Amino acid sequence: MARMSVDDKLALSVFHTDEANPHIVINEDYDNEEEIRKVVLACPAALYHYDNGKVTFSHEGCLECGTCRVLSIGKVVKSWDHPNSTCGVQFRQG
Amino acid sequence: MSEEKFDAIIVGGGMAGATAAYILANAGMEVLLADRGDYCGAKNVTGGRLYAHSMEKVFPGFAKEAPVERLVTKEKVSLMTEKGSLDIGYSSTDLGADPDGASYTVLRSKFDQWMAEKCEEAGVMLVPGIRVDSCVVEDGKVVGIDAGGEIMYSDVVILADGVNSLLAQRLGMKQELTPKQVAVGVKEVIQLGEETINQRFGLRGDEGMAWLSAGDATNGAFGGGFLYTNKDTVSIGIVATLADIGYHNISIPELLDRYKEHPAIAPYLEGGESIEYSAHLVPEEGIHMVPELVRDGVLLAGDAAGFVVNLGMTVRGMDFAVESGRLAAEAVIRAKEAGDFSKESLSSYVDALEESFVMKDMKALKGFPTILSRREVFKDLPEMADDICKKLFTVDGKPSMDFIMYVINSVTAHTSVEQLTSFVSDIMDAM
Repeated sequence: MARMSVDDKLALSVFHTDEANPHIVINEDYDNEEEIRKVVLACPAALYHYDNGKVTFSHEGCLECGTCRVLSIGKVVKSWDHPNSTCGVQFRQG
Repeated sequence: MSEEKFDAIIVGGGMAGATAAYILANAGMEVLLADRGDYCGAKNVTGGRLYAHSMEKVFPGFAKEAPVERLVTKEKVSLMTEKGSLDIGYSSTDLGADPDGASYTVLRSKFDQWMAEKCEEAGVMLVPGIRVDSCVVEDGKVVGIDAGGEIMYSDVVILADGVNSLLAQRLGMKQELTPKQVAVGVKEVIQLGEETINQRFGLRGDEGMAWLSAGDATNGAFGGGFLYTNKDTVSIGIVATLADIGYHNISIPELLDRYKEHPAIAPYLEGGESIEYSAHLVPEEGIHMVPELVRDGVLLAGDAAGFVVNLGMTVRGMDFAVESGRLAAEAVIRAKEAGDFSKESLSSYVDALEESFVMKDMKALKGFPTILSRREVFKDLPEMADDICKKLFTVDGKPSMDFIMYVINSVTAHTSVEQLTSFVSDIMDAM
């Protein structure tokens, strides 16, 4: 099988993204590189990036697993909740 | 703000929640089952395999009707290195011959919808698409739920809201999870077609295979790989303990791609088409992470209670979820008869869990989380096995060293006496 990008894999599922209310908020000024590295490596949807000394995150495409919260709440992750009612990913296989 | 009062509100329409709702409704209770997905199973992911015994108690003969994928008749466990794979396989027509000993591969988005239908038929009021934000607490007792300001009351609330049970955390019944308590699982469902699966895996009809591996799946980090055959797809994935993230520099999505390309795996997937990519946390610490299970007006069941046991070759969570959902429901029925939903009254749930396989197995297997957080299992052992097997199966015309000496050399190259002693002592403790 040829490799697919993570974005293409995510596009296989239906997402109702709550544009106005991100269910995960990060501490944008957080600068401990080792902690950031872990979250960047661990996110299954590859939504965390570390560029030019800054951590960035987008909640669009989040698989709602909770990995970043468990690894980094109070550090990279400022707050984490489930998406609002009817929002987020919808698995058809599971 | 509406003021409906139910006998019981259950949060989470997975295995534990749906089982509890079904039993309570059949006992004549007014039950509300809330799930944050647009349908039950929309947010759920399994590896996965369901050991059927506890489902059989609640839904006898369920596999004839429910959307199970395949009956597992073939087991395979592998120790993998980058290029090699030492496999142990077992297949028998006896596997699955007895419904109580059977296991089925399942896909949760389909299976959970079937359970939800059963609940509705039994009279459960099913409310998908709502996120419950908190439990309503009055005078120290849980008396209902709050979903976006909408308050619903009940005598009792069962929290079956999964591994990320923020509701139990907000009540203070459960601490935030720590990285060593959970693993992240990522999975792809790959469409291959029924006939192709039967041919490639040596299966007939609805026979299925479960294949677990340790070693290269996680590049030596704590965790493993899995492959389950579904009807016309396979579920392939890796599971990686969060405490070991950062052991190497390969990301989780990349690990899954690597695993799919492993020489022992890739031929099985050739020509397949990926139809879903998903992720979910898996409780990993067994008995050590079980939280407070009851308080006045509230009980915890399933993954929310941490009821999962991973032995490497068997991974069990769904059978625990179903059993805990059943026992929670029975405790609620007793509480209803007594008209007493206090912690003391609901504690009959904890007693029943202690008497059941749920706590007995979790206690008996309490050492396994320790074994499965040792580097030997994921790195040294697969490399040593690879080294020895390569020697054993290679004939190249070079004068051969005595095989026993080779094994001894290989063992000492990959481990030390101290390491081996402490590893064996961990295994003895676990047993």
